[in-house]
Amino acid sequence: MINEIKNQTVGALLGTYPFAAVYFDGHHVDTKGRESVTVVDVFSDFVTAAGEDAVTTADELLEGLSEHVQQMLLFLADDLDTVRSLNLLPGTHKDGTPENFTNITINSGETICIVGPTGSGKSRLLADIEWVAQGDTPTGRTVLLNDQVPDRKWRFSPTHKLVAQLSQNMNFVMDLTVEEFLEMHAESRLADNVSDVVVRIIDQANALAGESFAPTTPITSLSGGQSRALMIADTAILSRSPIVLIDEIENAGIDRQKALELLLSEEKIVLMATHDPVLALMGGRRLIIANGGIEAVIETTEAERVILKELAVMDRRMTDLRNRLRRGERLE
Amino acid sequence: MKLVTVCGPPSSGKTAVILKTLEAFADRGLKAGVVKFDCLSTEDDVLYEKAGIPVKKGLSGPLCPDHYFVSNVEEIVQWGRGKGFDLLVSESAGLCNRCSPHIKEVLAVCVVDNLSGVTTPKKIGPMLKMADIVVITKGDIVSQAEREVFASRVAAVNPKAAVLHVNGLTGQGAFELSSLFDDEEREVESLIGYQLRFTMPSALCSYCLGETRIGESYQMGNVRKMKID
Repeated sequence: MINEIKNQTVGALLGTYPFAAVYFDGHHVDTKGRESVTVVDVFSDFVTAAGEDAVTTADELLEGLSEHVQQMLLFLADDLDTVRSLNLLPGTHKDGTPENFTNITINSGETICIVGPTGSGKSRLLADIEWVAQGDTPTGRTVLLNDQVPDRKWRFSPTHKLVAQLSQNMNFVMDLTVEEFLEMHAESRLADNVSDVVVRIIDQANALAGESFAPTTPITSLSGGQSRALMIADTAILSRSPIVLIDEIENAGIDRQKALELLLSEEKIVLMATHDPVLALMGGRRLIIANGGIEAVIETTEAERVILKELAVMDRRMTDLRNRLRRGERLE
Repeated sequence: MKLVTVCGPPSSGKTAVILKTLEAFADRGLKAGVVKFDCLSTEDDVLYEKAGIPVKKGLSGPLCPDHYFVSNVEEIVQWGRGKGFDLLVSESAGLCNRCSPHIKEVLAVCVVDNLSGVTTPKKIGPMLKMADIVVITKGDIVSQAEREVFASRVAAVNPKAAVLHVNGLTGQGAFELSSLFDDEEREVESLIGYQLRFTMPSALCSYCLGETRIGESYQMGNVRKMKID
């Protein structure tokens, strides 16, 4: 790869691999006006010009660029949607007793809930999934993807994160408008049609939030509900992670049912750590966590689905009343 | 003994990450110690002691912290070997973003946090760009999108590094990092003859020697002027 790129002109290289611009920029190598110069010469000139300020050698820059291009090609070629199923094979509880299941399969487009008190082992379960445990974590669990031992890239690659997370404590911290922010995210994901994606995310987020916001709204001034809605829509549409973990998003001021539907429509595997009955009953199954392990797997029963219907009615009524309050109406 | 250099900007979560990671390391029945390099003062040694981790503290005072680090690291290695550690972690703050304590053939870790902003990976020099493992912290408080953008910026400046997300508060990811320390096969008996991955900041000017007055006539030695047009 190094030999293949080093004698190309910068213009040709960026023509073939536009994403490589980030690498030049990250190393402060200015390519403007140097399109007809070969990559190796641009690096040598850069290192020479930097003199004692040079951080790397031209060879190291070349090696890094080659690695960057290879990783990005892998990222683009990879069809991450190919995670069709996740399998959990049992390990042990904290006290060493075996977990009480033989094999849990979760398919894409499916929601599963994780319940259990604080400290019971929910985080460890998630960490096992994220690290695609192969009997080498404290629980001794094994995680398979598509019924096979997964590629090690899931562990270390910054561009192949298996799990995307959404939780109540998360905030936007960048000083950007919604539009700029989404553009930045879309570009980092090498999305094909950035402006279309941005519009789609904003539309979806507004459909989830009680109050709509404009593309020009700064992300830091969104309300809690709007932030959550934007995070969910963005994760559903732009994140390449095939698994989404939702950690306690009750009272978020958003339409939770729609939010879940959006994530599932993008063929994600959704794990929800929640004690909110509306969310918990939306999942087909619940994993009961206790003493560091999975104690039981419960299927949502018909009777529970009836309860869910009642709760959904109450939930909608609460949302409706909240919206009327917001509009300054009387509730009587 | 295995040796790991851990560095990162101030307040990025180095100590919290190391504490949680060594906890997981101890669970494997292995013994680890820490040396903490800092400038003026540090109370992190108390945190390590509280966790039952043997610690040595080195304060560089008026000296460049990186020069101080490299002048003492061999002695520290011998201290660690004398104590019978399986692993010695050297923790130092990259105070000027240029610094890098990384040594060739020694596992190098850089800790950066999501809150520092997406342009930070570009601003940090060899400390990040030459690390073998980049640990990203404080992921529990920023959005998924910001985490993804930040990680992709890290990958763009250091495509070779393994990137791990560790939560210094809950310890999520620390077990995984400890397993990478455990996987490290290179043992260090002495660092004599080893080389830094990158040169230390260079300076020998009147201010290094204690000058406090401002003005060209007081400036001697290795002095550089800004270009102002």
